[in-house]
Amino acid sequence: MNPNTVIKPELTAKRLTSPSGLGLLVYKFKKIFGSSGIYLQVFGIGLWLFTYYILCEGLKLFPFFKIPGPVEVITEFFSPDPIWGMSLYTEAFHENVYVSCRRVAIAFCIATGVGVPLGLFMGWSKTFQDYTFPILETLRPIPILAWVPLAIVMFSGFETPVIFLATLASLFVTTLNTLLGVESIDDAYFRAAGCLGSKPRHVFWHVVVPGAMPFIFTGLQISIGVAWFSLVAAEMISGDYGLGYMIMDSYMLNKYVSMVMAMISLGFVGWLTSAMVRFAGDRMMQWRVRALALEGR
Amino acid sequence: MQTTTATKGAISIRNVTKIYDPEGVNVMAVDDCSLEIAPGEVCMIVGPSGCGKTTLLNAIAGFHSITSGEIYLDGELLCGPNKPLADQGADRMVVFQNGALFPWKSLLDNIAYGPIVQGIMDKKEANDKATEMLAEAGLGDVAQKFPGEVSSGMARRAEIVRALINDPKVLLLDEPYRAMDALTKSIMHESLLEVYDRTKVTIFFITHDLEEAIFLGDRVIVMTTRPAKTKKIVEVPIERPRDYTLLSSENFRLLVAETKGAVHEEAIKAFEAGERELA
Repeated sequence: MNPNTVIKPELTAKRLTSPSGLGLLVYKFKKIFGSSGIYLQVFGIGLWLFTYYILCEGLKLFPFFKIPGPVEVITEFFSPDPIWGMSLYTEAFHENVYVSCRRVAIAFCIATGVGVPLGLFMGWSKTFQDYTFPILETLRPIPILAWVPLAIVMFSGFETPVIFLATLASLFVTTLNTLLGVESIDDAYFRAAGCLGSKPRHVFWHVVVPGAMPFIFTGLQISIGVAWFSLVAAEMISGDYGLGYMIMDSYMLNKYVSMVMAMISLGFVGWLTSAMVRFAGDRMMQWRVRALALEGR
Repeated sequence: MQTTTATKGAISIRNVTKIYDPEGVNVMAVDDCSLEIAPGEVCMIVGPSGCGKTTLLNAIAGFHSITSGEIYLDGELLCGPNKPLADQGADRMVVFQNGALFPWKSLLDNIAYGPIVQGIMDKKEANDKATEMLAEAGLGDVAQKFPGEVSSGMARRAEIVRALINDPKVLLLDEPYRAMDALTKSIMHESLLEVYDRTKVTIFFITHDLEEAIFLGDRVIVMTTRPAKTKKIVEVPIERPRDYTLLSSENFRLLVAETKGAVHEEAIKAFEAGERELA
């Protein structure tokens, strides 16, 4: 039942106006700190850090004793004058993060811009799908690392091959998920649209596109992860800057602390970009967010 | 839409046969079925599961082709020998079994959608009209909500509004209240009757629920198990407007009993045949 149809008048009066401004902030604050979730998360991170510390710095057990421990890494990370040359305060670190983020952004945008329409058309038109699907399915299983030499042969410089590889990996994921999204749409919506007098373009814009949206955004979340994955792989092999390059370069020069820093940074930016995609998806699919919220999710 | 006597929405089903061909084996879903539905009639179709009731509805709506026979709407051919698949159109509005409001559109946008895409109204006109009709249906407060946010009863009522805004000749309902609890169902019945009394639109209503059939219908068509034919036609000589006091009347009980006999026989046959439901 609709929650607004509560019968008790005093409850209705309270619930009908949703809190705003400071009230909303207090409500959200209470909700976050009133549940066990946040404490468990903090505890989980603490436990993980503690284990990491014990293994690498406390007991120095095999095979962890060679790995820089959390204290060492964190100290270096926040040091204005880093021993190994990289920290939050150094230009070189910023450059690496920036370059990788820029490459992922470009790759993700191209892959989304091409992959979503491609998937939508493939799902919408059987003919178009027949033309394109076999090629897609043959190219898709080729591991992205197998494309590296080809990318280097095709494009000169560092930038283009790296972006190309990241784009390619994302493109397959996005296209396939979009296609699945269109195929997942209940036939009843197409029938309803037909009944209501829709022309094909109406069906495309009012049924195919919004109906595939949940799958598209699931795809985009995977796609941005894949973009990072292939980007770092490409940067490790052929790069001049970037977090992948930083890992490989630090490894070569035995700067293990910088190597771990780059790995942690990748984790953070990866998580952040993923959250941004999720946020965008939630904004664009209010209908879904609200329906799920009523189910208590 | 304030018509009191219906002049449109006559459906004529003549010798319609539908053969499905799954995996090379012919399955006859409908066999030489004929049925005349008068303008403004509430025609209830009952029959065992998978008997081909929905096949008939799909043929009228233009979702599925027919193998032979003809279907006319107000004397115009919908589908026939040279045109096995009827065109889909807003003159025949379907209300689906599981509901098919677009979940990504607010109730208001769902309802305004039809007139806009058909080019009958511009966006503002359609929105005004939709707002008005939603308010009439008691859904004014939830007009801006998405279908997932309202109860199934409200969603179903909105779906009927979405159909009515197009001023259809026929409403085709495929077990629309199947998944509802008895209490919600009774509210839905009364609101549908209220809509019918106001619009006198022809209603083609598929159901398993005999009380629902007698309560709503002018005629109840009992279908045989697959292939579907008309087995028995029960006239319901109960005056409109109807309300819930009717349910306990002797007359109503007798009609239900009469129908039940016919349906039960077919249900047993269908059960023994153990056939899977077709589309």
